[in-house]
Amino acid sequence: MPRNRTTSAQASKGTTQESRANGTRTKSPLPKGLKTSDLVDYYTRMVQARSLDERIWALNRQGKVPIAASSQGHEAAELGSLLAAEKDGDCFLFPYYRDLALKVAAGLTPVQTMMSFMGKAGDPYSGGRQFPLQGADLPHNIIQISNVVAAGLTQSVGYALGCRMAGEQTVVLVYFGDGATSQGETHEAMNFASIHKLPVIFICENNRYAISTPQSTQMVVEEVASRAAGYGFPGFTVDGMDLISCYEATREAITHARAQGPVLLEMMVERFMSHTTDDDDRRYRPEGEVEKARQRDPVSTFGQTLLDQGILTQSKIDEISAEALKATDEATDIADASNPPDESVLHDSVYSP
Amino acid sequence: MTQSTALKVKGSILAVKSVIEAVREAITEEMSRDSKVFVMGEDVGVRGGVFLATQGLSEEFGNNRIIDAPLAEASIMGIALGAAFRGMRPIPEVQFSDFVWPSINQLIGEAARTCYGTNGAVQVPMVIRMPYGGGIRGGLFHSQNVETHFFHTPGLKVIAPGTPYDAKGLLKSAIRDNNPVVFLEHKKTYRLVRGEVPEEEYTLPIGKADIKRLGSSVTVVSYGLTLHYCLEAAEELAGEGIDVEVVDLRTLTPLDTETIIQSVKKTGKLAVVHEDNITGGVGAEIAALAADQAFEYLDGPVVRICGPDVPTMPFAQTLEDAYMPTADKIAAGLRNLAVY
Repeated sequence: MPRNRTTSAQASKGTTQESRANGTRTKSPLPKGLKTSDLVDYYTRMVQARSLDERIWALNRQGKVPIAASSQGHEAAELGSLLAAEKDGDCFLFPYYRDLALKVAAGLTPVQTMMSFMGKAGDPYSGGRQFPLQGADLPHNIIQISNVVAAGLTQSVGYALGCRMAGEQTVVLVYFGDGATSQGETHEAMNFASIHKLPVIFICENNRYAISTPQSTQMVVEEVASRAAGYGFPGFTVDGMDLISCYEATREAITHARAQGPVLLEMMVERFMSHTTDDDDRRYRPEGEVEKARQRDPVSTFGQTLLDQGILTQSKIDEISAEALKATDEATDIADASNPPDESVLHDSVYSP
Repeated sequence: MTQSTALKVKGSILAVKSVIEAVREAITEEMSRDSKVFVMGEDVGVRGGVFLATQGLSEEFGNNRIIDAPLAEASIMGIALGAAFRGMRPIPEVQFSDFVWPSINQLIGEAARTCYGTNGAVQVPMVIRMPYGGGIRGGLFHSQNVETHFFHTPGLKVIAPGTPYDAKGLLKSAIRDNNPVVFLEHKKTYRLVRGEVPEEEYTLPIGKADIKRLGSSVTVVSYGLTLHYCLEAAEELAGEGIDVEVVDLRTLTPLDTETIIQSVKKTGKLAVVHEDNITGGVGAEIAALAADQAFEYLDGPVVRICGPDVPTMPFAQTLEDAYMPTADKIAAGLRNLAVY
């Protein structure tokens, strides 16, 4: 990997992907390390995550989900990087609160997902103690302790340090929004990771909003990736609406991280929904901005790519959507009927044995 | 000055050591015993720590296990925590407890809640060592007592030993514990307090108070530096026929309520002494416990002889002396209580 910042077009240089000026993919050889079945698999996971995400928002309005942060618009970044991590086979993830699609696609069932959002005993992350999908999903190599932005960054660096001490080659992927880049701990984490050349990939899902505060009010630089230079490691800006670009950038970053130390990937994404179900983005987003962004919806874009390349037919795409909806319906009913945690567990696990 | 008298008592070889030596021995022994144990902090490497708690350790264990960190406390705590997630047993050192505040989210917000917030899935085997306390002309930013903040936080264990024997045995137990343990070392005791420490391996149970002096007239509960001032006061009062029982908490969380209450039931009089600010402190909690669990046994008011409610210990000698609960102040308080 070069040590300078590149655009997404440059980042994919040397790979087999090609793009037309209008952004439509030509039929092209598969990205390195992938089979067509991988793309179908990830498209299926993406559709399922979107289906759950949309339902969760509706369930909030029905009073069944107290709070939710949507990842709609972030799916390509989250799943593209996850795909690279899965293909590598030795990665550990520290996501943040907007990584619903990442956490679902990493291996949760729709029922587990709904249990978590409804605060049921079957919540796999915290047994209903935390906000949805927050805590740990160790079977899928995921820890996210809190909502405090950037708190996971130093922890992820420590995790990488621990892996190195244990003689392991694990690469750690830590996710955060553009808002978290303002925290002092982001600086501390990147600095320490660089000093010790730890295999950490800092993935900034930049949707250009820290709740309501636009990027121009958060920082002077145009690209978060440019900050990597200050720590002496490479940073790249990637089209976060394109799964293949995110996959390829992450795959290269994993190789680099394991051999040479940290990488910063800035994935340019769009936030389709308000910050959370408690927010109303009409108060601060220009009219038409979200509608325009939705024209580049990562789910439909990815589906169209698979259609264009002859990997999927329209009827297969329709079938995937129908199955996702069915799974979401079933999961909603099962989770809704399931038990909340019993009051008796209130005092459990304050301390470890 | 260090390798002084070696004594043989009841089959144990005992050497008289300082608190700082006891701390260093505990770290060294546990690092030798378990390769997962490592130290990270400011100037802990070749410098050996500003109090020399880790002197010689980087030569013995290498700079991969005695890690000199940038001067950035939030990342020292966060990185140690992340390593604990992976199963390491980090010992982050906060150079002075006054410097813990930049890292407080990682400690109170994250580490203390990790086990609970992951429904028991993730453990935090981490010991946060902090030199704390005043009486050393440290002023507002090198004298602070911070224990109440951690005492108030479920999920943390809090240890505050006062003697070399307790410091070594409890630090070894803390390093083997699977929870975040705040280990408070009163910096004035480091070289001032010396005591016998067995040469052979031993650990002490976390959560057990120790009666440092048996008595029947008054119970005084303390920990850390003021424990020694309480013992001095007790000797002074013994000459006046006041028989003081001195309970050394050693561990603040979990609190050994049983030992405290038993002593109160025996003497009927309770005083609590600490250097930390009086309001909302450990003493306030112990007073509430006594009111709750030994109400009918109390023959007098529960007395707190504690640091006053000023931000922390001032620099000027006169003001520092005015702040500190001394043996004389403690003796005066206990005398009044005894005759109540």
